[in-house]
Amino acid sequence: MIEVRDLRREFTRTRKLGRFRRERTRVVAVDGVDLAVAAGEAVGYVGPNGAGKSTTIKVLTGVLVPTAGHVRVCGVDPARQRRELARRIGVVFGQRSQLWWDLPLAESFDLLRAVYRVPAADYARRRAECVELLELGPFLATPVRQLSLGQRMRGEITAALLHGPELLVLDEPTIGLDLESKERLREFLAELHTSRGTTVLLTTHDLDDIERLCPRLVVIDRGRVLADGPLDALRAEVSPERVLVVDLERPPAAPLDDLPGVVSVRAELGGLRQHLSFRRADTTAAALIAAVAGRAAVHDLSVEEPEIDEVVRRLYARR
Amino acid sequence: MRAYARLALAGFRRHSIYRGAMFAGLATNVVFGVIRMTVLVAAVSAAGPIAGYDTATSAVYVWLGQGLLAFVVLWGDTHLAERVRTGDVVVDLYRPWHLQAALFAEDVGRAGFAVLVRLVPPVALGALLFPFRWPDPVVLPLFAVSAVLALATSFAVRFLLNASTFWLLENRGLLSVYNVLTPVLCGLAVPLDFFPGWARDALWSTPFPAMIQAPIDVFLERGSPWAVLAHQAFWAAALAALGYFVLLRAMRKVVVQGG
Repeated sequence: MIEVRDLRREFTRTRKLGRFRRERTRVVAVDGVDLAVAAGEAVGYVGPNGAGKSTTIKVLTGVLVPTAGHVRVCGVDPARQRRELARRIGVVFGQRSQLWWDLPLAESFDLLRAVYRVPAADYARRRAECVELLELGPFLATPVRQLSLGQRMRGEITAALLHGPELLVLDEPTIGLDLESKERLREFLAELHTSRGTTVLLTTHDLDDIERLCPRLVVIDRGRVLADGPLDALRAEVSPERVLVVDLERPPAAPLDDLPGVVSVRAELGGLRQHLSFRRADTTAAALIAAVAGRAAVHDLSVEEPEIDEVVRRLYARR
Repeated sequence: MRAYARLALAGFRRHSIYRGAMFAGLATNVVFGVIRMTVLVAAVSAAGPIAGYDTATSAVYVWLGQGLLAFVVLWGDTHLAERVRTGDVVVDLYRPWHLQAALFAEDVGRAGFAVLVRLVPPVALGALLFPFRWPDPVVLPLFAVSAVLALATSFAVRFLLNASTFWLLENRGLLSVYNVLTPVLCGLAVPLDFFPGWARDALWSTPFPAMIQAPIDVFLERGSPWAVLAHQAFWAAALAALGYFVLLRAMRKVVVQGG
């Protein structure tokens, strides 16, 4: 679906030195990015501000011409066949609106239908689906400028889906939304991905979006890909240790640090709560639980994975 | 084609929402029309017809000019420039349309609404209150064509002014120069025939008269309408083509603002 090899995009920045003298410097926004996304995948594309995420997306949608590199989206060259590609992909920019500001939401949909030349039956079906799932009904007749951010965002997502795109590109779709709106949007997108098989490329700073929607994570920083792989594998790679937290009926007779696979132990509440760090390569949570239960009566337990934020932080730190 | 027709309709609808603004504009327009009318009629009745303009011709010139200036939008608009500056233009650029054509379609819709509330009322008012020189009815379709070409020329110029923001980011300086010069150069301030011959000829070699003086001349049956229409068609096409290449270049070379 997406095929990017050695993508490079530079910008020229001009700085005034004197009245007439100008110094031109080249800024490299994207520096040799490789990315391959198969049909039906959902990929999270994350990186700090200025990492080159939006530039990549602008290149993928054909808005920016790459300085160098090979780019194919849906089998076409975005910069050369921008209009053809536009009919086959949906794009949502969380910080920009693609709706007509002063017209009612429903009229924006009708306009987009004409612009994308969507057959009447397909349009009616897709629109009805979105109206139902995203609960757009109450504000279809409201001018876009009067919508709340959450309402507008649901409208934006619908607008990107009316022409039945094969690929949905979401650039920070949950930015600025409250928890409930975020959750509702994620639910809808997850449903869209699993039931309809739409390929999704998502950039976000809210890593919960990724956790919910994207099995695969691509991390980029300073224009280069830092890591690319299944979220679980990246997690295992950057933080090989997991933590088993056990609450015991009474403090153990002997310290638990001699259990097989345990790397370190931290005790709390006078020994009633034990944090056991272990390497996933050495033992499993189940084996460790059994070993602990053999030494003391277990009241409660949980296994802690590093938070996705922590994973990404460590990936950045690794560069 | 249907998409562009739908966009034109949307342009009409969007502008019909702001009725208050339209009527305020109309009121200002009429007041200025009356002032211009008074000055011009005082001149031609004291000195006799100037360059063929008598009271009835002057009424046509003033009221048609007042109507046309809002129909063609004689001042630089900043819709696209604003979107370039904020980076929202990225949304316009990934649509399956030609941006220039899409904006023109919307402008045609806007102009359609302007005919109803900005062009017809001042002309009707002028025709009712002042001696008014109506042309031979066969001229009216030619006038309609000329008005549309005036719109196309004005749109092409405004598109270029807007597109300059791709490089300048801030085109307000350019706009204020444009807004000061255009009324004089296009024949809104005084009829171009009032200028000395050399100045008039020089101005007719620019696109400016195509926006105001040309449709007025067609309506007043001054000179051959075909020459006037050819002048307009040439400039509308040439400037649209220039806009096309400027946009192409902008898309290849220019940064799209913001993350």
